Amino acid sequence: MLEKNIVTLLLFALTATAHAETVFVTLEKDNALAVVDPIAGKLIKTVPVGQRPRGIAISPDNKFLYVAVSDDNTIKIIDVETLKEVGKLPSGEDPETFALNPAGDTLYVSNEDDSLVTVIDIAKRKAIKQIKVGVEPEGITVSPDNRWLISASETTNMLHWIDTKTNAIVENTLVDPRPRAASFTADSQQLWVSSEMAGTLMVFDVKTRQLIKTISFNVTGVTNDKIQPVGVVIDKQRRRAYIALGPANRVAVVNAQTYELENVLLVGSRVWNLAFSPDEKHLYTTNGVSNDLSIVDLESQTVTKSIGVGTYPWGVAVKP
Amino acid sequence: MRPIKLCTQTIIQFFIIVGHLGGVGVVDAKPKQVVAIAYISQEQATPPALSNLDPIVKGKGLLGAELAISDNNTTGQFTGQQFVLKKFNVPPDGSVVDVFNKAIADKFSYLVSLLPAGQMLSIADLPAAQKMILFDAATTDDALRNEQCRANVLHILPSRAMRADALAQYMMKKRWTKWFLVVGRRSEDQLFAEAIKRSAKRFNMSLVAEKVWEHTYDARRTAQSDVAVFSQVDDYDVLVVADERGEFGEYLDYRTWLPRPVIGTQGLIATAWHRTHEQWGAVQIQNRFKEQAGRWMEEQDYAAYLAVRAVGEAAARTQSNELKPIKEYLVSEKLTLQGYKGTPLSFRAWDGQLRQPVLLSAPRSLVAVAPIEGFLHPKTELDTLGYDQPESHCQWRK
Repeated sequence: MLEKNIVTLLLFALTATAHAETVFVTLEKDNALAVVDPIAGKLIKTVPVGQRPRGIAISPDNKFLYVAVSDDNTIKIIDVETLKEVGKLPSGEDPETFALNPAGDTLYVSNEDDSLVTVIDIAKRKAIKQIKVGVEPEGITVSPDNRWLISASETTNMLHWIDTKTNAIVENTLVDPRPRAASFTADSQQLWVSSEMAGTLMVFDVKTRQLIKTISFNVTGVTNDKIQPVGVVIDKQRRRAYIALGPANRVAVVNAQTYELENVLLVGSRVWNLAFSPDEKHLYTTNGVSNDLSIVDLESQTVTKSIGVGTYPWGVAVKP
Repeated sequence: MRPIKLCTQTIIQFFIIVGHLGGVGVVDAKPKQVVAIAYISQEQATPPALSNLDPIVKGKGLLGAELAISDNNTTGQFTGQQFVLKKFNVPPDGSVVDVFNKAIADKFSYLVSLLPAGQMLSIADLPAAQKMILFDAATTDDALRNEQCRANVLHILPSRAMRADALAQYMMKKRWTKWFLVVGRRSEDQLFAEAIKRSAKRFNMSLVAEKVWEHTYDARRTAQSDVAVFSQVDDYDVLVVADERGEFGEYLDYRTWLPRPVIGTQGLIATAWHRTHEQWGAVQIQNRFKEQAGRWMEEQDYAAYLAVRAVGEAAARTQSNELKPIKEYLVSEKLTLQGYKGTPLSFRAWDGQLRQPVLLSAPRSLVAVAPIEGFLHPKTELDTLGYDQPESHCQWRK
């Protein structure tokens, strides 16, 4: 058993060096998926994926991509190797954002127009429940310990704490206007929520569901109304959090222990979503208006490259 | 801002005590706190149809208010608040003052008005209206935001000055610096023209010619014959038209003596809302509105939507249905109203005008959103549009 594990590990290490990681980016206006080799810094290819692709996620086993094709009213399952569609999930209308549970067997979709969250059993490809939430649910995430499903409604300005066992709302928390993204820390102890209109980020203690800190971003040369936080990711050790500031064209680097703003990195126009490289040494950002993907070297905290990917890059997923 | 915790479970009393101490409000799911909003409009005589292309839209405004009520109530189910809209549609020969005194005075704290300037003011000056907030979701008059401003009125739609500045910024960006201004005969056209002239001065543009349209308002005659002759003036970059009712402006494009774009009330227009707008989540509200109303959202619908949403937002944040805290919240810097235009909206403290981006739209495509990039302001670029604080003639704040 141990031997087998070591062999697997070795194999994994070998393949990891042999094949560099791959970055997948949904292109909202091109109806396509961009496939990027971030090590070579090259766009490998672009494949058609359906109408208005936005949210994207990769299965825990890295075999499948899930892509919300909003105007086709479905979430497509794409084989990572062949990039061919292998199935569809009944997402409800106009899917945009969704979240996978840690096991990768359940998918939760925000149905923005209907104020609903749809719970999908991936294996059965069936919607098993619809949960009524606030107006225009957007940000959605599952805690790494699979205890909580969080849905943030943009117009109601609320976080809905949903018990993943019962799929019922346990509590609602008003947050700053137009919450966009919600992310848990790796230990499931904290929830970080960005509020686009207020230009803030709120950090909650999960156990008490109380606010720990509201972070604002003052960036020299950028007026406050341009600071519209969207995507937020926190590294595994909770050293730093990175927040996409939308039309401020910058990514904020926040010390995740002290909540101080440490740095601001200029990326591309209207930076939306973020993803770490598997080793968390790099950060990939989708820049909606400048049509590119920026690569940030996290050690030196510099933007090392920007790669043109296509029109309106939206979501990003990384395969090791 | 601190979040307000909303507990749907027990131990509420404990939370209420804690909430009071800590400034965090907690509410029980029931009984619901009712926030009542009145809506007043008056049937206007339908203007003669100019063309069969566009259906005459009736009841502009109301459907926007209704959508906002349903949005507020979706939120309300979690905050223990219930929003109620009571509508009053005054017949063309009826008196809005009578309806107000009889049915609205002392019964409501919030009133959304779709009335023209004169009637709106006649209500705003009544004694009972001093204990209310009137949301003006219909007028664009600059006078109402300046000399004739009222402390109990908040204006949702962009004023003519804001629209003219939005157009001017775009023309400046395009370097269309020489303008030919064509003005209709109606008093509102004059007001729009005045706003255009103010912007020309503000942005140092030159008005090479100005003419009043006095020809026919019949497309079949006007189109070919009159416009070519009428538009023979000194060379200009762009024709700016002031025809708010749309009586002749549509006939100018493609027919001018020189090949020049048309901008203003026709051609490229400045508006609070347009069906071509789909950025920043706008497509969501366009869809929700269309589903509920069966038609596109008009500017007045958008204004009424925002008015009711503003009350909803303030009520949810203050956990109150009372005038004082809600009004304080509305005119404070805390308000960050989501208006689907990519930036938070708030009210200008000096004149009650909602600060907001202005859409510049062609009939079938959104061309730009003002403030145009590069027009800077020390506080917010939104205040490059319309009367900024030092320019305001509104006295009620001083």
